[in-house]
Amino acid sequence: MIDGVLLGLQTAFTFNNLMMVVAGCLIGTFIGMLPGLGPMSIIAIMIPIAIKIGDPSSALILLAGVYYGAIFGGSTSSILINAPGVAGTVATSFDGYPMARAGQAGKALTIAAISSFCGGTIGAILLMGFAPTLSSVALLFHSAEYFALMVVGLSAIAAFAGKGMVVKALLMTVIGLLMSTVGESALFNAPRYTMGIQDLQSGFSFITLAMALFALPEALMLVLDPSRGAQSSTSNEIKNLRISKAEAIKIAPVIGRQSIQGFLIGVMPGAGATIASFLGYAVERNLAKGEEQEEFGKGSIKGLAAPEAANNAACTGSFVPLLTLGIPGSGTTAILLGALIALNVNPGPRLMIDNPDIFWAVIISMYIGNVVLIILNLPLIPYIAKLLTIPRNYLIPFILFFTMIGAYIGQNNATELLILVGFGVFATILRFANYPLAPLLIGFILGGMMEDNFARAVNLTDGLQFMYQRPMTLVLLLIGLTMIFVPIYRRRWKKA
Amino acid sequence: MKNLDKWIAAFFLVVTLAYGYSTVTYELLPFERNMVFLPTTLPSGLTIISALLCMLIILTPSQQTSDSDPETEDVGIAKYFEQYEVCQALYLVLAMVAYALALRPIGFLATTTLFLVATGWILGERKLKLMIPIAAFSAFSIWYLVQETLGLYLRPLPWFLS
Repeated sequence: MIDGVLLGLQTAFTFNNLMMVVAGCLIGTFIGMLPGLGPMSIIAIMIPIAIKIGDPSSALILLAGVYYGAIFGGSTSSILINAPGVAGTVATSFDGYPMARAGQAGKALTIAAISSFCGGTIGAILLMGFAPTLSSVALLFHSAEYFALMVVGLSAIAAFAGKGMVVKALLMTVIGLLMSTVGESALFNAPRYTMGIQDLQSGFSFITLAMALFALPEALMLVLDPSRGAQSSTSNEIKNLRISKAEAIKIAPVIGRQSIQGFLIGVMPGAGATIASFLGYAVERNLAKGEEQEEFGKGSIKGLAAPEAANNAACTGSFVPLLTLGIPGSGTTAILLGALIALNVNPGPRLMIDNPDIFWAVIISMYIGNVVLIILNLPLIPYIAKLLTIPRNYLIPFILFFTMIGAYIGQNNATELLILVGFGVFATILRFANYPLAPLLIGFILGGMMEDNFARAVNLTDGLQFMYQRPMTLVLLLIGLTMIFVPIYRRRWKKA
Repeated sequence: MKNLDKWIAAFFLVVTLAYGYSTVTYELLPFERNMVFLPTTLPSGLTIISALLCMLIILTPSQQTSDSDPETEDVGIAKYFEQYEVCQALYLVLAMVAYALALRPIGFLATTTLFLVATGWILGERKLKLMIPIAAFSAFSIWYLVQETLGLYLRPLPWFLS
């Protein structure tokens, strides 16, 4: 592991990669602050640039920087104007915004920054421990186990969907898998399901789909519901950024607990930063006693530190299944997986062996990213916050434009723009009907790999016997089925 | 719209059936016929699962979801027009389609400037003296960044000038 860390340091501490971290964190913070634009949208917009960079280490470092920068930026808009830029920072606004209204915006931002820094750093330390262990176990896997593992990953994503959404999430996953079968495949000789359309020969473009599912619906929702990005009339003056020693002592155990809990939640497929932040907030409120508990929701510093530490640690945790198993645990990591595949890198247990420079550079860049966020962004917060004053009449046209040009650059084909608009409008309608969109993208990205492993397993055993002949495969498939059926059965049982 | 989720499930069912039909009628190559794993193996399974899930959504009563945002509540279609800026969103979608169709023939600079000004106008911006220079400057900057820095070709001018 020490060799790996040294290699990571060597790769991450090049001038080019350091600039990538700084640029990623800054871009992520700026855009993440804009209400309605989450990390998925931002990363989707950044992918053509990352692919153009060419070097997978630099590209992934840039995208990872954008990811945690966006989470940090989302906290700023939650605290200052009560408009969370991302879902993972909604819980931040519960106590952050009341603090800002009470004239403590500077202090709230400092607590958020320190909690994020600690959450991200503790997460990165845990990632260093977890990832190699999980990778070495995963090396024992064959195609049958991989297929079963993908079934587990997809089931978990559906199972973690909200109440009443499990079946919808499953359907969206299957639709994503259906879409992945369109076009040419490495397994077969002729393209499938292209309906004779030349532009579908190579299948649907991942970038176009990512933009259509996340960036475009977010922008359209801002138009449909103007109150969504509305700004508060509260004064955004940020003066004192300092916190006292007593306050630091008070939040230290909260940050420690929530960093570990957030990381473990982030590791689980389908959970992610949003669940981690809400759970972190709820746990700390239950642990608080008497007056401290009553303070929650009215400007409690513990209530602010808990979700901030948890969501940043969860972001780091979500890299564990991505880097070690090649299975994304969330929509954001699914987009990162797509970007890696586009860069000819196959994430999974062999990543540590075949591309140790990429694996370790990404982990080391997380430390650097956290330092960059706290050193660079904290003093810049009063200036960055000015971005929140851009009128929506100027902001929305640019969001739409960047979404479209991102898809166009990716394929250099105007038809892609029409596909983008069509899917984007349909994705917006799906949001109104509570169909989760992340499972569709994850199904689409995993579809090719799933079919590949399924085919190999079937060919090796001359049928479906591998499902019960290999104990690990059987156990994984049973876990996958349990994940799907337990929430459905429990809900029906409760009703009865 | 009442039961929007069921209408969407019905739409997905139609798509699934069309996909299933293509799977059944898929012509295998001669050497593929003796293979254990066929190009239609996974699609056949997916068709069955997808159709079952669609039927499950259509036939079971709508569930109360955990997201209780007003944006996702089941309301009548007329209410959507009252509650949301649907017309504005539709105009923006039309502007995006126009942008897609005009990008190649009219060129990046003019199309992008027009798109930014038009979408700003749709959203209620009337300060054209401010909007036009911002849009033109942005279009030029992004073209320069994409073409010169990233090395991706974007035709800047209309077809008759380039």
